[in-house]
Parts: sequence; structure tokens; C-alpha cells
Amino acid sequence: MKLSILVNEGPYQHQSADTAIQFTKAALEKGHEIFRVFFYHDGVNNGTRFAVPPQDDRNITEQWTEMAKEHNLDLVICIAAAQRRGILDENEAKRQGKDGDNIAEGFRISGLGQLIEAGIQSDRLVIFGD
Amino acid sequence: MPMLHTVNKSPFERRTLDTALRHAVKGAGVLLIEDGVYAAFDGTVVAEKVKAALADHKIYVLGPDIAARGMSEHHVIDGLEVVDYGGFVDLVTEYDKVQSWL
Repeated sequence: MKLSILVNEGPYQHQSADTAIQFTKAALEKGHEIFRVFFYHDGVNNGTRFAVPPQDDRNITEQWTEMAKEHNLDLVICIAAAQRRGILDENEAKRQGKDGDNIAEGFRISGLGQLIEAGIQSDRLVIFGD
Repeated sequence: MPMLHTVNKSPFERRTLDTALRHAVKGAGVLLIEDGVYAAFDGTVVAEKVKAALADHKIYVLGPDIAARGMSEHHVIDGLEVVDYGGFVDLVTEYDKVQSWL
């Protein structure tokens, strides 16, 4: 089945980012297709490569990046939510006149249309949030 | 199959379990995850409500989230089904739609 995931909560905020990762992993193991993972609201904070959690703690962003690499996942960050929270890729940093970007490998920034498309194209849209 | 409703907050913190049960049609499923698993245990003030809901709904609870809270599956109300993440995925595909009560 074709599934899409919506993540509305940041990492280390409560549990939803972890639940989303575990669910996505389990869905891939069962042979389902993940059409897209869309990060919205505080969920965009999943996509910064500048976070440095303690070594004995899980690194949520790296878990996404690794999973994206292994399964060719489309990890999309909402542009308006990202701009409010300081998540930038190279293009956006340039466009906004900022001195650097912080988006993690495997993520890309795009618009809400990508969420609508995921809802239309997928058999199920599963939402994780606070 | 009708809709699967997921509840991720404790019934002692928010009203989302009540909201889910109020909107769930007969035959709809309810899956308790994250702090929502606190609704699954017997002997609490919400236990009778959960037991009554079993007449119209299948109610599932995510086992790893029970374990993560140091709770035991032995205290889960009779009639609830404990699932793992694979089971969560199966429920999402078996039911027609998923509604997350956040």
C-alpha cells in the first residue's frame, strides 16, 4: 500500500517524532511504499543538521537521514513553517540574505502543495503530532 | 472497514479519548499510543468508559509504549488487543481511513 506520513511535532518535544520514525520503519519492513514524509509546524525542526543530542541519546534527524538514504524517502519540509523557525537550505539562505543554511541531508524544502499531493496520491495519510 | 482513530494523549491530561469515542461509529477501531496507553489499564477512573466502548469498537494499544512507561501488559483491560509497530501498520491498512486525535 502507498502511505504518507505527516509529522507536526519537533524532535525531543514529546514522542511523536519517534513514533513517526518507528511507524515508517515498520511500514517499510512490511513492504509498503512511503510516498512522502511531510514535516509541518514544529515538525520542521526534525530537519536541522545543527542539533547535537548527547551521545547516549538517539539522534532523531540522523535516523530520518539514514532511513531516507536506505529507502530513498522523500522528506519534505514546509517552507513557511521552516522560515518561521530558521530552517534554511542553500537557496533560501541566499534568498533571505542569511549567513548559512542548516538543512540536514535527505531533507528538502517545498510548499504545502506537496502535502496535498501526498494526501491525494497515497492510500493512507498517517498524522503524528502533539 | 470504517475508520481507525488514534489517541496519543493520556485521558487524565486531555479529552481526546472522549472526543474520539464520541465521533467513532460502530465498528470503528481505536488505537491508543504514546501517553494514550494510560487509558488501557484496569482500575483507573476511565476504565469503565473504555470497557463500555468495547461493545461498539475494537480497542488496540501499542505494546512498546506500555513497556516504555514501565507498565505491564497484565494490567491492560480484558478485551483490548496489544499490538506492536507492525500491528499498527496493519491496522492502518486494514481500516479505510486513519484519524489522529491530536
